[in-house]
Amino acid sequence: MPKRFVSIWFRYLLTDREAIRQKSLRQLPVAFTEPDHGRLLVTAMNSNAEQCGVKPGMTAADARVIAPGIQLFETKAGRNIKLLKGLAEWCLRYTPLVMVDAPDGLLLDVTGCTHLKGGETEFLKDMVGRLRALGYTIRPGMADTIGCAWAVARCVESGLIVPPGGQRNALMPLPPACLRLGVDLLIKLNELGFYQVRSFIYLPKSDLKRRFGASIILRLYQALGQEAEFLLPLKEPVPYSERIALLEPIRTREVIETTVHALIDTLCKRLYGEGLGLRSAVLTYLRIDGKSGQLSIGTNHPSQRTDHVFKLFALQFDQVAPGLGIEIFILDATKTEPASDQQNVLWNGKPAADSEEVAELLDNVGARVGKDQIHRYLPQEHHWPERAAENTTNLTQMPECAWPEDHIRPVQLLEPPEPIEAMALTPDYAPRQFVYRHERHIIVNADGPERISHEWWIEDGGYRDYYVAEDEEGMRYWLFGTPNDLPGQTRRWFIHGYFP
Amino acid sequence: MTATKKEIITKLRQDLLGWEGFRPVPPEERQSFGLGAIESAFPNQMFPTGALHEFISTRPEFTAAIGGFIAGIMQTLLEKGGVCVWVSYTRRIYPPALKRFGVNPDRIIFIDVTREKDVLWVTEEALKCHGIAAVICETRLLSFMESRRLQLAIEQSQVTGFILRKDVKHLNTTACAARWTVRPLRSKLRAGMPGVGFPRWQVELLKVRNGQPGSWTLEWKNNAFLHSETEHIVKPDTQRRYA
Repeated sequence: MPKRFVSIWFRYLLTDREAIRQKSLRQLPVAFTEPDHGRLLVTAMNSNAEQCGVKPGMTAADARVIAPGIQLFETKAGRNIKLLKGLAEWCLRYTPLVMVDAPDGLLLDVTGCTHLKGGETEFLKDMVGRLRALGYTIRPGMADTIGCAWAVARCVESGLIVPPGGQRNALMPLPPACLRLGVDLLIKLNELGFYQVRSFIYLPKSDLKRRFGASIILRLYQALGQEAEFLLPLKEPVPYSERIALLEPIRTREVIETTVHALIDTLCKRLYGEGLGLRSAVLTYLRIDGKSGQLSIGTNHPSQRTDHVFKLFALQFDQVAPGLGIEIFILDATKTEPASDQQNVLWNGKPAADSEEVAELLDNVGARVGKDQIHRYLPQEHHWPERAAENTTNLTQMPECAWPEDHIRPVQLLEPPEPIEAMALTPDYAPRQFVYRHERHIIVNADGPERISHEWWIEDGGYRDYYVAEDEEGMRYWLFGTPNDLPGQTRRWFIHGYFP
Repeated sequence: MTATKKEIITKLRQDLLGWEGFRPVPPEERQSFGLGAIESAFPNQMFPTGALHEFISTRPEFTAAIGGFIAGIMQTLLEKGGVCVWVSYTRRIYPPALKRFGVNPDRIIFIDVTREKDVLWVTEEALKCHGIAAVICETRLLSFMESRRLQLAIEQSQVTGFILRKDVKHLNTTACAARWTVRPLRSKLRAGMPGVGFPRWQVELLKVRNGQPGSWTLEWKNNAFLHSETEHIVKPDTQRRYA
């Protein structure tokens, strides 16, 4: 399929942006400056300044003289790229393949997109009109190749749309600067009298290469379409993506819900047809004022059920700010996995339908309270109580060892252990009584000690002597004492849990 | 004449139970939880699954005892497969300890919410889900309306719900099928034996819908509930119906 590309030249990118911020700047000459060897040099200016004769590379002092009342701003490095990225995202409404063309342009692959706006002319008109409404002056060019679109956008006054296959004719009258060549090479071509492309386009390839280097051949052939050139899209195109462009911008919740439901339904049907299920998806909405927003969801198992996916998005609809209205919804399935009808992964011995239901429940809960709040515990071969169970968010992992049953453990564990004031008759025996939170407990029965040591290969430290203690009222506690076998050590007591 | 009247009254009673959501269970589906005499306190002489049970705890020691008691019941519920969901706001449960009550801790999904008000939302969502064996919700507050919502969710899905109310300052009316308290008791040892014995609790049914409240002493021994000698005392004055 023949490709069609659009190159957009933001002629006054930085100054336009400044004028959007401050409306008063539109009537004034504006320029951006950059310090260089103790002087300020002009790097960019708007059309008013240009008409006065301000040029890039001029010193700020000269600019002030020839354009009285000129407003000077400091250039920030990387500002243009940042702006272009924002604009590239805005352009995703026209095509999914957009690339930032530094320093002052964008490249769009519009193959198969123009008919949506009613033809190529209307497509460009729409684009120029909308960007002008935002406050940007642009020059677009459309052609079969990136190079030709670039050339047309920057060097032609009329005839911005090059008909398919018309690159050669379009390039003929243009200056060599339209070929994206280096400055040295352009000076050389100019000195030799090559003022137009037509003056050297028919020269033998070997001669051109010998005189001007390989780059001129590459650029020329790229523009003519004889050499391949690729566009590196800003966003990796998602294979499963659906979009709805609305005739009228919508604002109310009901309409947004209906639209999103229809969009999800389309995608889910497509996935179902290919035996795939959704694992994560991103819903992007573009507003008429150029702003956009995103909602993203994830599922625990591949899902193709419209209602389920919709429910996950519906939990986040409160975050949607429609502003003056939303005109485009884009739904990208960022991760898909083969979905089988037999989805018995969670726990064995359960009907398949059940595990799917549980997974859907966990999706819902995860969307509201956060996925990291849902977890399970798996046994670990450690005696140290805090390490005996591993916290995992993986819901399908099976335990690698059995849960220990040889020692009894408290149902309620205090983390961290809380200090108590305890009194023991003999150093190596359970305390007779202890005070915890201003309450005195007299111990009548006790089991222990169970000595648990720190695992030296994980963490340095002493051991704990654990006792199961029962007080007069029948309450059972898990107490431990710190080491006391070295001279100078006194045993401190802690409460670590409650037994049932 | 009197015989027919009695028949009519029994039949009406049965009908009333049916309308209140207690379905007569065929004998082959009857599931014993090993609770013995406690089960006879409930309508149809069986522990109601697919209902909401409220446990009142005023001290952390009681919460531990309730945790053990619920785990003992969960053992039977999980026999048929399925998973259990444990929803809480500030949780102290120590999963490895549940193994002693016959529950594999890896079969439980813990959902620890960061906002207290999300606890009941998550509980309701979980109770709506058919594939779940039991839902345990640790919360402090439960109004009548909230409990009614949970009960309605249960009536659709027949999931068993346990509401563990910690740090309760005053008791309010709820739509739960039963209200329990479990207090730890001093364990019993053979004379002259040192140490601490098996977990022993005073289990009290404060309110039962269409049943007989009462108080029992239970022990957890060899993976089963065991009734202790203390005979169960039915308090006729605490018989109350509520819904």
